[in-house]
Amino acid sequence: MVYAPSDASAASPPETPSGMTTPGAPLSPYGSPATFEREVTRTLIRSQPGTTGAGASRTPLEALEGMITPSGLHFERHHNGVPTIDPAQHQLLIHGLVARPLIFTVASLQRYPMESRIHFLECSGNSALMYGATPPTLTCGQTHGLVSCSEWTGVPLRLLLEEAGVDPRADWVLAEGADAAAMSRSVPMAKAMDDAMLALYQNGERLRPENGYPVRLFLPGYEGNMSVKWLRRIKVTDTPTMTKDETSKYTDLRADGKSLMFTYPMEVKSVITRPAPGLTMTGPGLYELSGIAWSGRGKIRKVEVSADGGQTWAEAALAAPVLAYALTRFRIAWKWNGAPTVLKSRATDDAGRVQPTRDELIAQQGANVVYHYHAIQAWRVESTGEVKNVYA
Amino acid sequence: MSTREALAVATCVIVFGGCAGTAPRETPNLGRAATQAEIAGWDISIAPDGRGLPRGAGTPADGALVYAQKCQVCHGDKGVGGPNDRLVGGQGTLASKTPVRTIGSYWPYATTVFDYVRRSMPFFQPHSLTDSEVYAVTAYLLSLNGIIGEQDVMNAETLPKVKMPNRDNFILVQPWKPRVQ
Repeated sequence: MVYAPSDASAASPPETPSGMTTPGAPLSPYGSPATFEREVTRTLIRSQPGTTGAGASRTPLEALEGMITPSGLHFERHHNGVPTIDPAQHQLLIHGLVARPLIFTVASLQRYPMESRIHFLECSGNSALMYGATPPTLTCGQTHGLVSCSEWTGVPLRLLLEEAGVDPRADWVLAEGADAAAMSRSVPMAKAMDDAMLALYQNGERLRPENGYPVRLFLPGYEGNMSVKWLRRIKVTDTPTMTKDETSKYTDLRADGKSLMFTYPMEVKSVITRPAPGLTMTGPGLYELSGIAWSGRGKIRKVEVSADGGQTWAEAALAAPVLAYALTRFRIAWKWNGAPTVLKSRATDDAGRVQPTRDELIAQQGANVVYHYHAIQAWRVESTGEVKNVYA
Repeated sequence: MSTREALAVATCVIVFGGCAGTAPRETPNLGRAATQAEIAGWDISIAPDGRGLPRGAGTPADGALVYAQKCQVCHGDKGVGGPNDRLVGGQGTLASKTPVRTIGSYWPYATTVFDYVRRSMPFFQPHSLTDSEVYAVTAYLLSLNGIIGEQDVMNAETLPKVKMPNRDNFILVQPWKPRVQ
């Protein structure tokens, strides 16, 4: 893909385009992207040899604009495939340290008061290849596309927990999915009673199967795997359950051999998506740099951009609305003189946390960590217009 | 109830959203009471202290037979060398530049092995093993890692007492303190 298509091949006046001389295509029951956008797809990366449903697919960030990810391009991370669930057959059990264990049908959940919120979801393994010794030669989305942003609509989990009557001894809830991995994670009660949502809708329509249809947990700002999809059971407990995915996986091994456990919020982060690897610059001149920034600890306060490898920085404009736990689009004009250079972006959130350099991040936590990579990204622009991932 | 009264509830929520914080919001109460039998049928999770472990038992020798049939094709002979996750060895490597994370070197709780195998393994046939087969596979993997003896029986009493070698090397960053330690 090129950064901005050349108009050399466009039909010029006075030619009349064929679409104006014949009737167009008929109406359709459900729309699809333009056929000319067929190459804008998720990149599938399977993580377990011999399997088809364990792994991840990544959002093509360099092909998208704005803050919302189209539902069909939202990243996927499954641990054993996408179950087919008839909502008429699906039920949610809330039990454990509650006064009244309850079973909810999906239809009953739809009668509860709902909230709609725009939030990013990021896999804690997003950008993990950047911990490697050499920068990945992949597109922006293939490297950083385990983050997406949607409007999520659903029922506050708090309302259902209050109906069940939470025991004062309870400190945690276990969330479990109805998939072949029976994905399960422990969630602190404070989060469950704060902004945790049982999401039923994504971008206005019912959840896509790969995003947890018919109901998923959604935990704003937290690492993606905790927002358990295909939710079928909430068990209120006094301790964490210490499931596989909060002990053997999704823990952060430091250089000293000790591991951090329960590292929930995704840290402040940004990436320039235009230009970026996967796009080719079309010669010197005026461009708009565009990118996304986000923080699992609140709102983005500012994004600075450097076009000289980090020697000088300028503040980019943030596109409204700037929301907590949502992707924030930033843009800034850039006049490229055609010489090779390195572009960087650096986000600061409203908690005052600043995106670190890669060296700082690795110095702080070691290079054995797999998760929570959030360092400043450098893109080298060659004089040919090619854009490369570099450690700089 | 008049229309005005019926809508008043909603108005309170909409206009004075904060009122839900001081008094319980009126909610539909559409949950059906779950019976103990229903809960028992669904509750498969195991706490790190062993709560939730079912009856049944297995030894490493029993587990070796199950492993050869159901696990080895993905995880390799004796838990090493298969196409999927390595399960055995790696102890002493975590602070090196090439850490090997396995059940033996990394996992903090033995109960998690039982929980995970029962809920999601074998990969192509989850929920197909009996509880005793799960105990046996768990015993086999713990034995291969040198954590229990070759004759040790794993059951609801013994499994929670197994201390995993890496148990004390996790730092809990979430502000959570166990009420009883």
